[in-house]
Amino acid sequence: MIQALVFLPLIGALIAGFIAILGAHGRNPSGDEMDHAHDDHGHGDASAHAHAAHGHDDHGHDDHDDHHHVAEPAALGSRAAELITAGLLVVSAVLSWMTFVDVAFMHHDARIVLLNWINSGDLQLSWTLRVDTLTAVMLVVVTTVSSLVHIYSLGYMEDDPNRPRFMAYLSLFTFMMLMLVTADNLLQLFFGWEGVGLASYLLIGFWFKKPSANAAAIKAFVVNRVGDFGFLLGIFALFMLVGSTDLDTIFASAPGLTGKTINFFGWHADALTLTCLLLFVGAMGKSAQFLLHTWLPDAMEGPTPVSALIHAATMVTAGVFMVARMSPLFELAPNAQAVVMLVGATTAFFAATIGLVQNDIKRIVAYSTCSQLGYMFVALGTGAYSVAMFHLFTHAFFKALLFLGSGSVIYAMHHEQDIRKMGGLWNKIPFTYAMMTIGTLALTGFPFTAGYFSKDAIIEAAYASHTQFAFYGFLMTVVAALLTSFYSWRLVFKTFHGEPHDKKHYDAAHEAPLWMLVPLAVLGIGSFAAGFPFKELFAGHHVGEFFRESLKMNPHIIEEMHHIPGWVPYVPTVMMVLGFLISYLFYVRKPYLPVELANQHPLLYKFLLNKWYFDELYEIIFVRPAKWIGHFLWKKGDGMIIDGLGPDGISARVLNITRGVVKLQTGYLYHYAFAMLIGVAGLITWFIFGLGGQ
Amino acid sequence: MASVMTWPVLSVVTFLPIVGAILIYLSRGDDEAAQGNARWIALWTTLITFAVSLILVMRFDPSNGDFQFVEKAPWLAATINYHMGVDGISLPFVILTTALMPFCILCSWKSVTKRVREYMIAFLFLETLMIGTFSALDLVLFYLFFEGGLIPMFLIIGIWGGPRRVYASFKFFLYTFLGSVLMLLAIMALYWNAGTTDIPTLMHTAVPRSLQTWAWLAFFASFAVKMPMWPVHTWLPDAHVEAPTAGSVVLAAIMLKMGGYGFLRFSLPMFPDASLYFAPMVWTLSVIAIVYTSLVALMQEDIKKLIAYSSVAHMGYVTMGIFAGTTQGVSGAVFQMVSHGIVSGALFLCVGVVYDRLHTREIAAYGGLVNRMPIYAALFMVFTMANVGLPGTSGFVGEFLTLIGTFKVSIPTATFASIGVILSAAYALWLYRKVVFGELTKPALQGIKDITFREGLVLVPLVVLTILFGVYPKPVLDMSAASIQLLVNNYAAATSAVKAAALLQ
Repeated sequence: MIQALVFLPLIGALIAGFIAILGAHGRNPSGDEMDHAHDDHGHGDASAHAHAAHGHDDHGHDDHDDHHHVAEPAALGSRAAELITAGLLVVSAVLSWMTFVDVAFMHHDARIVLLNWINSGDLQLSWTLRVDTLTAVMLVVVTTVSSLVHIYSLGYMEDDPNRPRFMAYLSLFTFMMLMLVTADNLLQLFFGWEGVGLASYLLIGFWFKKPSANAAAIKAFVVNRVGDFGFLLGIFALFMLVGSTDLDTIFASAPGLTGKTINFFGWHADALTLTCLLLFVGAMGKSAQFLLHTWLPDAMEGPTPVSALIHAATMVTAGVFMVARMSPLFELAPNAQAVVMLVGATTAFFAATIGLVQNDIKRIVAYSTCSQLGYMFVALGTGAYSVAMFHLFTHAFFKALLFLGSGSVIYAMHHEQDIRKMGGLWNKIPFTYAMMTIGTLALTGFPFTAGYFSKDAIIEAAYASHTQFAFYGFLMTVVAALLTSFYSWRLVFKTFHGEPHDKKHYDAAHEAPLWMLVPLAVLGIGSFAAGFPFKELFAGHHVGEFFRESLKMNPHIIEEMHHIPGWVPYVPTVMMVLGFLISYLFYVRKPYLPVELANQHPLLYKFLLNKWYFDELYEIIFVRPAKWIGHFLWKKGDGMIIDGLGPDGISARVLNITRGVVKLQTGYLYHYAFAMLIGVAGLITWFIFGLGGQ
Repeated sequence: MASVMTWPVLSVVTFLPIVGAILIYLSRGDDEAAQGNARWIALWTTLITFAVSLILVMRFDPSNGDFQFVEKAPWLAATINYHMGVDGISLPFVILTTALMPFCILCSWKSVTKRVREYMIAFLFLETLMIGTFSALDLVLFYLFFEGGLIPMFLIIGIWGGPRRVYASFKFFLYTFLGSVLMLLAIMALYWNAGTTDIPTLMHTAVPRSLQTWAWLAFFASFAVKMPMWPVHTWLPDAHVEAPTAGSVVLAAIMLKMGGYGFLRFSLPMFPDASLYFAPMVWTLSVIAIVYTSLVALMQEDIKKLIAYSSVAHMGYVTMGIFAGTTQGVSGAVFQMVSHGIVSGALFLCVGVVYDRLHTREIAAYGGLVNRMPIYAALFMVFTMANVGLPGTSGFVGEFLTLIGTFKVSIPTATFASIGVILSAAYALWLYRKVVFGELTKPALQGIKDITFREGLVLVPLVVLTILFGVYPKPVLDMSAASIQLLVNNYAAATSAVKAAALLQ
């Protein structure tokens, strides 16, 4: 069953990929001659392509009318590819829920060895599927959201001629994510980790004709690699300390590592703290935490279903999962936990401030994701790993809902993403409006929605915690709750209320097809159902029994959460209401207020609008120097110094001497070299031969 | 051993290509038909050689770390023997050579039109010399094969190369020859010391400490150029750029490995103390190679140059892993060499595909190929990812093993080398984006067509191998495990005294 649920998406990906390749091959003949006769045709073809890609995301252009007569037919079997991948994913999701019940409640943990992988000396690695409660929760999240996104894509991508390729990528992503969460050793986790990175790269750059999409794809991959650099070093360090990368071996030897040090560039670092921090760098990259967050907003260049699946519900939460998975280590490294808390709290606040002023509907939701991931890391920092998993679980539903809802809005608006051009849409797309409202309620923590339970639990945990930055964590999450409520309602008000700002689009707006609405409805239900029924399992008295050995919790945190002052649980709710009221005032009652505010504080407004200038900063301190150094080393290092002093210098001398002779005779330099070599070889043979004969 | 062997398989594998070369030479004529004959003879020769070399794999005993398929016959005077044999370290390279040669012949099928017969003869000679290098067990024999390989390669670049071929081949020759002269001196010194040129005997003969240092340096000069290590790498980009596609493939996939093989066969076992002494220097050079050439690769304007620089960076992992002297480091180095042979060979083949169509290697001349060449784009993507070292491709296993093996002995080295993980992603994906992604707007590209069946025949098996060895590297790792363990144990035993002395101080 577990093998099936993990590998079905891979099978789907291979089938869809095969269909995509066949289709593409059918459209593009092969041959090693250049095709001159069909030059004109080729050109016409290319511009049709160009239109297809442009129509999708290029906001602000007025070629949207052409969008619907993109002439290129989809490949034969496109529908089959879509149905196969989506069907297999649904099967996989059903199996996941069965596994979830089996593992979490029946306590049938599983360990399935599939194949040897890397064996070298004491390093023994195999492909192994490990399923415990922590994994089971992730399985459910991943396959549920993924199957809904697959179904949604049937509608959303209906105009795209490259649908099979899209579905193949989606299924490949799901497979990699499943490998990640079922990993039994760190390297397999890393395989899934980089594998989802690959899928993310491919999907962000799915519309490969758009330069911005290509740039975003590379940025996502490279920034993630910065995180992976830390992750890899963490794996190396653990292998050096423990002699294995198997999770069980590591956890078993972890207590013995306390007090050990590693000499890291002359710094005698505490072994556990250092390893945890290195691993956390990996988590920061994947989960877009402060300093390594810059790729996530750009990743919105990908099709919207991708944003929902990868950049909201699943892949970006891999960092949270990884830290939770390594909880037996983090529990022994309080300093590392403090850093996790610090980074998480900072991200929660920082991303929310940027979200306040963005105008692209997807980017707002993206910054919100970034901020909510910060919440999860705050929970991890307190040692309340199950609470972080709780928020991960609920967030997957309501954030996927918000993204898919945004997709539905974008679909209705003919691929317009700027909320300044929307407005008054509620009566045009009432169902989407209702779903977006549910998602917003859950995100802002409205009582009895899923987000209410999980977010409150995080704020309570931060309050109850005694780690160094606990108060900072509490403060930042509370403030972020206010900001979250503000920007979420701003999005809803500007999109659905007020006057339509683009009459043409407004008039043409229509509700999406059923393929897209059903997943919205399911996620809408999930945004309620994921909360209360699971509260006790994730953040109540059943945590120990539910997660068992799969998490090593801070032993006191859950108890302490239940003994905090009575006012604390009300704080986030108050913040939520406050944010709603301000937003209502700003965007419904007195829409001139935000404009005035922006004019009064131009510096602050620009600072936020330009995302704290991180992209510009990184451009100056990393990208440009790297290019400059690369160019310098190439031209000066290789060209002037090494070649100048080495071969060119020597050959220039040699050439001077031999030039005359060369011209006189055959003119082929290599004849001389050839003769020289033969001569030397003969000489040598004679030399040794002669000596041997003595 | 001898009882199992009924015929000298290793010698047959080594010299079969020359038989093919003679056949081509005998088939006189220079018309279309003769050229076709030359191609087919070359292809069949390389295929049969590959098939015969598979017998080696089947009969090889991976649990035995010693030399197998040993053939020994008196040759020159009393002390120099024709001594051949392979162990777990050399066999992967023999197979790599025989496996890649048919691809080289296939990819030259249409792109080489002048002097086809001589071209094929040069390649077949080259194959013999390369296999011989990896299976020679006598220093003199090794030297002849090792240096002899220079000649056909020199001719291939010099005759069938690009516009600056004379400069490139001369540079190539100058560098490699300079190194080999020094190696020659060291070989003589070894002979005076031990009274034999027999490699297995020399591996078990202690060399005085002072001689170790000089001999190590002399061998290092030769192998470092071959690898190539920074700062003696600048011949490689030029040689690659000017070489015909198949030449680049052989150069990157096989000839670079001779350096790494040399370190494993000579430096570590024969001069362990010197190896230990010089290890920090090698690490430093390796790390510089990884970071420096990755940065340089980032700025290249020529596709082949970019891949050539990335080769230097990848070889940096190899030298680092070898001189880490740990099981993971060394087996990672061997695996990385095999993997790089497949991946870089495939990347050069990919460049060859578009070069044959457009006759330029300038990155700026391309863009948007995916629109007309979807299959090519998909295959190129796999190799790009392998070059980046994505887990699940063979490129990852080698990088990971060398890094984890080095981390144990030198944390700073492994840390700095890991920066290559970031940089390789940057340059490889940048290249892919510039060449394959984007809109197809350039007029010259409008008529381009996707890969043909023949080109697919070359690239698809390499894709399969890249992914297979990424998911299941066991065949390669197991083949070399016993020999590597033996090597590592001997190295550790030989250097333990030095290490103990260092600890006492």
